[in-house]
Formats: sequence, structure tokens, C-alpha cells
Amino acid sequence: MGMTITEKILAKSAGKESVKPGDNIWLNVDVLMTHDVCGPPTIGIWKSEFGKDATIWDKDKLVIFPDHYIFTANKHANRNVDILRNFADEYSIDNYYDVGTSRYKGVCHIALAEEGYNIPGTVLIGTDSHTCTSGAFGMFSTGVGNTDAAFILGTGKIWEKVPETMKFTFTGKMPEYLTAKDLILQILGDITTDGATYRAMEFDGEAVFSLSMNERMTLCNMAIEGGGMNGIIPVDAVTEDYLQERTNKAYDKFYSDEDAVYHSKYEYNVENLVPLVAKPHSPDNKAAVREVEGTPITKAYIGSCTGGKISDFQFAAKILYDKKVAVTTFIVPASTEVAKQLETEMYKDKSLKEIFESAGAVIAKSSCAACLGGPDDTIGRTVGNDVTISTTNRNFPGRMGSKQAEVYLASPLTVAASAVKGVITDPRDLM
Amino acid sequence: MENIVIGKAFVLGNNIDTDQIIPAEHLVYSMDDENEAKMYGKYALSSVPKEYSGLPLGNIPFVEEGKYESEYQIIVGGSNFGCGSSREHAPYALMKAGAKVIIAESYARIFYRNSVDGGFVIPYEIKEKLNEKVKTGDVLKIDIENNILVNNSTGETFSLNPLGDVLPIVSAGGLFKYARKSGMIE
Repeated sequence: MGMTITEKILAKSAGKESVKPGDNIWLNVDVLMTHDVCGPPTIGIWKSEFGKDATIWDKDKLVIFPDHYIFTANKHANRNVDILRNFADEYSIDNYYDVGTSRYKGVCHIALAEEGYNIPGTVLIGTDSHTCTSGAFGMFSTGVGNTDAAFILGTGKIWEKVPETMKFTFTGKMPEYLTAKDLILQILGDITTDGATYRAMEFDGEAVFSLSMNERMTLCNMAIEGGGMNGIIPVDAVTEDYLQERTNKAYDKFYSDEDAVYHSKYEYNVENLVPLVAKPHSPDNKAAVREVEGTPITKAYIGSCTGGKISDFQFAAKILYDKKVAVTTFIVPASTEVAKQLETEMYKDKSLKEIFESAGAVIAKSSCAACLGGPDDTIGRTVGNDVTISTTNRNFPGRMGSKQAEVYLASPLTVAASAVKGVITDPRDLM
Repeated sequence: MENIVIGKAFVLGNNIDTDQIIPAEHLVYSMDDENEAKMYGKYALSSVPKEYSGLPLGNIPFVEEGKYESEYQIIVGGSNFGCGSSREHAPYALMKAGAKVIIAESYARIFYRNSVDGGFVIPYEIKEKLNEKVKTGDVLKIDIENNILVNNSTGETFSLNPLGDVLPIVSAGGLFKYARKSGMIE
């Protein structure tokens, strides 16, 4: 019987010839990633379980990005970064990217790609649910909690049940008014927030392979919003070009067999799809932008691992060029590299940064910022009855701060168009 | 692991996500310092919209204002309990508030793993829509050995799905205890 790409990677990691869905296996982890929210409790569990002589299974495979609560006066949040810094010092962790230094990167999932940690065919585990983002590189990546991470820190191993795979094929040529965000919102609306629970979500088709790595990351990033264990896109020339600039490491390319068995298959022609939003308060609460256009908003937000990549800002710049925003609009580059690119990437005669500044948007420093609310002084946080349209990933009650706020999730094109009009707007009206 | 758990039920709806279970702004407290760790109990389930908190009536807080522990030990949810982020603080917060068992139709993967591997709460699955058959405040009795639930307030009996593959980890009290018991680590 054939295997899917996910099954092949898991079999290799477990040292087995083959695996099938439902098998409980122990994986050998290639990279463990953690950050300032879950790193400190992970370290705490590791120390208390393995004792004061605890050793890290392989410190070169541990990567730590402080990124969640960075630019805040909250003393507990700052203490968490201190704990990471002291730990990195004590154990000589080379892959630590400290706040306040030139090494600071910002949002972990984007930094993992930029710094060359995403290697096809490998297993990457992170203490963050959006770790599935890395699956865009033909690898297995998934999120876990602190106890699992502490166990990996000491042993390099994790148990997993091999997931069934759902396949999503996108055919056709991507229209200029659609982005990967619209594709994943379409899927989430169709399968709902638990439609892929404990399953792999494999994406393919000519429309998917026409996407940049940044856009592929958006697709895999929100696999978790369907409950997916991982999202995955097989390696092609686009992947290899990106990797060539970021890493010298050799890698294995895996592809699903012709006779691989899938839980289910979905097929979409992108030329038939339209710009979408997820209405409050769930990422699967799908509506066409046309159905909710004219809804007044109080804030617009472009940022996060989902919607704060350079590709997202290139989309937004197309709309915001020579326009003014009608509501407070936040531009939050996911990483410091993206922040630099805002100055060098051009649209027509202006840099993206110039376009956003002259539109009247607020450009913030790189971090997770208000995607998950954060401490009270977090930039972009919703307050009171805010109605925010955002390129982020979740709109659960209270997710972006205020429990009374309403959040619409949308593509950077739709968010930028809505920012200009002050009401939810279909980007096709401004293109 | 206790074989019998008796406690009052706190009933919730579907898709209780981790932001509702423990809002992100509270993820900063130390779990090693008891004075800070108890804050996780205080804010457990604090972002559930009021009308859905403590069904069927709603408007019942899981933890009363000013307290750190709940009077409810058994949480009854619907489908996709614990969806959203990977924060282990979520099942930990429920444990700190005094919860011992959750019963839901289904769970999000990471929340389920965290509950089991951390040894915080036992996540039971049930085929029925228990959250439509039990009221907040009903006294439930769970026989863990036999996977049977009795609603002492109504006399109704329900069967729970066996814990299956994760039973050895649940019985050991978490992943580390299981790994020691089975000789994986010292």
C-alpha cells in the first residue's frame, strides 16, 4: 500500500519501513523550537524532571525565539525573556535570538524559514500551535505543550499517532484579487474548526505550486485552525530556490505515492473562488466579503505569522499606494528581516514603508503583538467594542484583547481595502 | 490515579478554545511560584462569554470573583474542546482551579495531549451530547476503571469512551511518570 508524504516522513523519523494511520510511534525530533511564553515553563519542567544535572539531548537542535510579549512594561513578561536569556547563557545555546540585539528576529515561524531551520523531510516540533507553518517546506511540523517539549529537550523523542491525510487540490490560475489566506478561509469554512482534527492536511495543485514560499506558509499556518496536526506541501523548484539562499544542509524530498490512501479529497478551481472573511468569533465562520461589505470597522491590522510576511505587505501596498487609511491601521512586520524589506521592496516608485507611512498607517516593531492580545500595553490590541479586520489567524472571543471586540479575519488585500474605506470592502473595488 | 471521581458539573458548549480557557494576557505567571501559579486557577475559563458560562442557564462563573478555586470538579463540554493554541497553561489552569475530569464529545489534539502528558486532568470522550443532558451543578460520579458516569442528581447512567492508547500514561499520572515506569528514562 502506498504512503502519503506525511506518512513517509514519520516512518523515516521513527526508523520504520512503513507506517499507517493510527500507529503509535516514537519520533526522533530534528528541531525543537520554543519561545518566551512556553519556553520558561518547558525549562522548568525539564529541570524538575531531569534534575539539576539535566542535559539537553542535542543543543544544536534547540532553537529559541523570544517573540510573543517583547515590547511591554509587563514585569512578568520581561522576566520570561530573562529566563530564556539565562538558560541560553548557562547551556551555551547558539540558536538563541535575543531581544535588544541585532540577532533579534521576531515571530518564530517566519524566522525558522528565514534562518534555514526548515529542512524538507525532517521533523520540527514547536511549543506553538502555528508550528504547522513549516510544513510549507515538505517537512513534518506540529505544535505541542510544555511537558512534551520538556521530554524532547531531555530525550529528543516524542510519541505521535500517525494521522490520516486529507488532500486539498487547487487548480486554475490565481486571480490577482485572491491570496493564500482566501484559500485557507475557504477550506476552514467547508470543513469547520474540527474538520481536520488529528489529521494531516496536504495541499497541491497548480495554483498551490504557483504560490511563493511566503504564501505557502500562510496556507499551512492555518491548518491548526481546522484542528489539523500538520499542513504540508511537497518540495518543488520554488522551495529549492528559497532553500538555496538559506541553508547548505542536504535534505530528502518525499512525495505521496499514486496509491496512497487518503481520508478525503477536496478539489477547488481558484478561478471560481472569491475574497472571503471569517466573521466573529471563529475562523470557520466564512462569508464572502460581498456578503458583509459596508460593515463599519474601527481598526485594521496587518501582521503575525499568518499575515505579516513580505508577501502580505506587497499585497497591501498595491491597495494602499497613494491612498489614505480611514481607520487606525497597524502594520506589524512578522520579523526584523521583513521590517528591513519594507524599506527595500518597491511598488511602482515607492518603498512599501513609504506607501504605508503616507497612507497614515502605524508601523510597529516585529513581534506577535496583538494577534493574541498580549499585555495591556501591546500595540494594536483591541479595546472595548472595537471591530477589527485583521490578517491574523484567530478571532475567538477575547483573542485580540477585549472580550467585547469583534474580529474579522481576511486577506491583506481585503484588510487594506477595508482600511481605506473604513468599512469592510472587497479588494476588487480598489484594484 | 483515583478510581472514583465525584464532583459538581460545570457545563459548556462546543469549541471552547484555549483563549476562553485562559486568556493570553495571563500566560506570564510562573508555574513554580505558588503565589503566582494560583492565578491560573483564578482566571480559568474567564473568557467564556457570560451567556455560555455554566449551561443551560449561563451567567455562572467557573471561579467566583476573588477566589482561586472552583466549586466544580467535572467540566462537561461539547465538540472540539480546547481548540486553538498549544498553551499547556490551559489544562493546567483547569487543574489549578480544582477540575479533575473533562468530558466532551471531542478534543483538539494539542489540548488532549497536554491534559494527558502533563497529568493535569483526565480528558474523557463520550458519544452522546452530554452537555445537553447534564446541568451545571449536577453531582456526577465517574467510575474510571469501568468508564461509567452516573448523574447522581438524576440517576441517569452514561458510558464513557475507554481511554485506549493513552490509558497507561493517564494511569501513571503523566508522560514523565509513564516513561520512568516503562524504563524509557531514569
